[in-house]
Amino acid sequence: MKTFRKILLGEEFNRATASIIAILIGLLVGFLVLLISNSAEALAGFKIILSGGFSTGAKGMGQVLYFATPLILTGLSVGFAFKTGLFNIGTPGQFIIGAFAAVYIGVTCTFLPAPLHWIAALLAATIAGGLWALIPGILKAYLNVHEVISSIMMNYIGMYLANYLTKSTIYDIRKAQSLNVADSAVLPKGGLDYIFYNDLGGVKDLSTVNSGIWIAIVVAILIYFIINKTTFGYELKACGFNQNASNYAGINAKRSIVLSMVIAGMLAGLGGGLLYLSGASGRHLKVVDMLAVEGFNGIPVALLGLSNPIGIIFSAFIIAYITQGGNYLQTLNFAPEVIDIIIACIIYFSAFALYFRKLLPFLIKKGRGDRQ
Amino acid sequence: MGMEYIIEMLNITKSFPGIIANDAITLQLRKGEIHALLGENGAGKSTLMSVLFGLYQPENGVITKAGKEVSINNPNDANNLGIGMVHQHFKLIQNFTVLQNIILGVETTKNGFLKMDEARTKVMALSDQYGLKVDPDTLIEDITVGMQQRVEILKMLYRDNEILIFDEPTAVLTPQEIEELMKIMKELAGEGKSILFITHKLNEIKSTADRCTVLRKGKYIGTVDVQTTSKETMSEMMVGRKIQFTIDKNPSIPNASHFEVRSLTVSSKRSAKKAVNNVSFTVKKGEILCIAGIDGNGQSELVYALTGLGPIESGQIFLNGKEITKMSVRDRNVLGMSHIPEDRHKDGLILDYTLAENLILKKYFTPEFQDHGFIKFNATHTYADRLITEFDIRSSQGSKTMARSMSGGNQQKAILAREINNDPEILIAVQPTRGLDVGAIEYIHKQLVEQRNSGKAVLLVSLELDEVMNVSDRILVLFEGEIVADLMPAETTVQELGLYMAGSKRKEVVL
Repeated sequence: MKTFRKILLGEEFNRATASIIAILIGLLVGFLVLLISNSAEALAGFKIILSGGFSTGAKGMGQVLYFATPLILTGLSVGFAFKTGLFNIGTPGQFIIGAFAAVYIGVTCTFLPAPLHWIAALLAATIAGGLWALIPGILKAYLNVHEVISSIMMNYIGMYLANYLTKSTIYDIRKAQSLNVADSAVLPKGGLDYIFYNDLGGVKDLSTVNSGIWIAIVVAILIYFIINKTTFGYELKACGFNQNASNYAGINAKRSIVLSMVIAGMLAGLGGGLLYLSGASGRHLKVVDMLAVEGFNGIPVALLGLSNPIGIIFSAFIIAYITQGGNYLQTLNFAPEVIDIIIACIIYFSAFALYFRKLLPFLIKKGRGDRQ
Repeated sequence: MGMEYIIEMLNITKSFPGIIANDAITLQLRKGEIHALLGENGAGKSTLMSVLFGLYQPENGVITKAGKEVSINNPNDANNLGIGMVHQHFKLIQNFTVLQNIILGVETTKNGFLKMDEARTKVMALSDQYGLKVDPDTLIEDITVGMQQRVEILKMLYRDNEILIFDEPTAVLTPQEIEELMKIMKELAGEGKSILFITHKLNEIKSTADRCTVLRKGKYIGTVDVQTTSKETMSEMMVGRKIQFTIDKNPSIPNASHFEVRSLTVSSKRSAKKAVNNVSFTVKKGEILCIAGIDGNGQSELVYALTGLGPIESGQIFLNGKEITKMSVRDRNVLGMSHIPEDRHKDGLILDYTLAENLILKKYFTPEFQDHGFIKFNATHTYADRLITEFDIRSSQGSKTMARSMSGGNQQKAILAREINNDPEILIAVQPTRGLDVGAIEYIHKQLVEQRNSGKAVLLVSLELDEVMNVSDRILVLFEGEIVADLMPAETTVQELGLYMAGSKRKEVVL
């Protein structure tokens, strides 16, 4: 019993449990919305959400991974910035500019051979995202302009710029979306085509998922090491916690702020590249006046993963899974807007994870006190 | 029997993970007395007061008021029982006026509108009655720390509190302000208020308090009558061993000039006057040079300029004959400049880093602690453990303790350990004993003298007259950014020093 309580009060357990409880509460709220909007089909709808990607077999699970890929990157972007004391709300802008850069290279630079082509496109996405965050970083470090304000501004500039550039350079007017990237720019399947497909009478109905998910996981592990094991991460975190003390220790705090922002932007930009370099069946740039959802969803992913890169991998999976399940609600009689509301409720209530993390040890202790 | 006490805390026990902060502690406060609560940092004083103020719930023990048992679950309960507290770090809203701060939470209103006139009359009456001079319409950010404290006291009086808790009230005050506060406290007690006075400064207890309760390491040691108990006895009760109030040290044998400042001028952010004006001095090897002065006379700006943290307007700085005026903070550190900063929370520590991470704050980039950009955690913890033993840094979880959860004295020891272990050519110590108890002060003074004995140059910036007189080999007095006196401690008195510090005396300084 004693060791059991020790585990219960342990830091790691507390973290994971808090996130899980938060998701459960998010689901509960989602269920309430289902009940209110269409009580007759609420239970059936809830089942569909819970079965998530599994509703449509192996391909569906592949799709979950495909949509989790950009979320891991934008989640890392937000989480990394959190760890270094910054709130990067500029992920939608960085993400879409990265996506445009990748697609542009993917469509135009056809002279590049296969591995080089998609690598170049991803590099372009990463650099573009980084540049997009450089501006808020410099404004924050040297002029003390809050990064939230400048990042939001950059979001809109990024969205309209990506729209304009897409329309004027790589636009397919017939389909009202960006042109397909060259085959050499499509990310390889990385062995995933052997797992995530549905068998349609001997024909493989492949999921869109590709090696992007592997890249996302590797990047998450890389970020974990940078934050926790390197002097570079030590400096960035120090500046996030206490800029004065960092200056006192001889760390260039201004440079650290700019670098933190740029790295966060690079991560979001890479996320854009990974999502859009996925061939004809994958995502295409659409010219719409809407900030990229994948960008903003990085915030709940980071919160739910408590800014821990490994936690972020899992929280991105969960959020992609629920979003995917939510999309299948269309088979029932739910208005598309309601589906969005339900998904948003689940995701954002889950983001209260941080709150539960504080509450949990308190509740356990209180329970113990009552028994005595 | 119990009726003679206005507040009794009996057998209070409160523990935190890994530590019993209060172990069956009893504290009895008589009506109209000033009762000092004495103990080292981490002795459990603040915890006990937080229990009384309703911030913590004790696991055991009872609190009674005028003989009746009461339960205090939050600061509102405490307030309803007439208990008020001036916290060490003031709880004031910077961009509110004095009056707005005083009435905050107990505003008088009519139909939902504030009625400030009534409040103003009451505040001014209290201000007159107790000699607590304040300007009700000034913003908090524009007034001195001493005046902010008066606002805190007025807040308690405005709420008609009878039991007033002062948590280390003198830590932030100048000598003159301390004297003023002592007078006010006596007046309050004379008017029938009961005062609990948390401190570790024996002089203040001796001059103000009636009785004194001593805590050590979470345990109750005893309650004594201040008049009949000597300072030595009280300090022995507090620390558990005899304390030396003066420092044994041999005369300094200054060596070659080592750290030199030439015509340093720093412009002020607030006024056209220079914060530091044409200051020149040298610190020799094997010497403790002290910069004395009242707070706000340019000490911070001077130190920031010397350490590279702040800008300079003109002048030069040399270490070991090498000009460092334009060097970065990192380069200065590597060259042998160590700095114990004035504000350990703002500059000295990263509170959300562990003790070990803080101990390598100025060394993490050296080959000793990093390899190809990766931090060597084993080396870090071995190093931290060594410093923890060597400097007797106490914490609940050793090198893995968060700096935030450590007591002030141990935080300061950690900074001291880090800075001394950098093997400095010049050690700049700014108010190194601020807010510390006698045991820790004694320890830090010894370390400074040891550094000097081993041939290091030490620049001590201090506001404490005792410290200035006891520790230094030579004293420079800074007044309004200029050096107004160059004195030897043996040839001067505290009174004379005070006159220089207040600017009413001035000596042509030949350097």
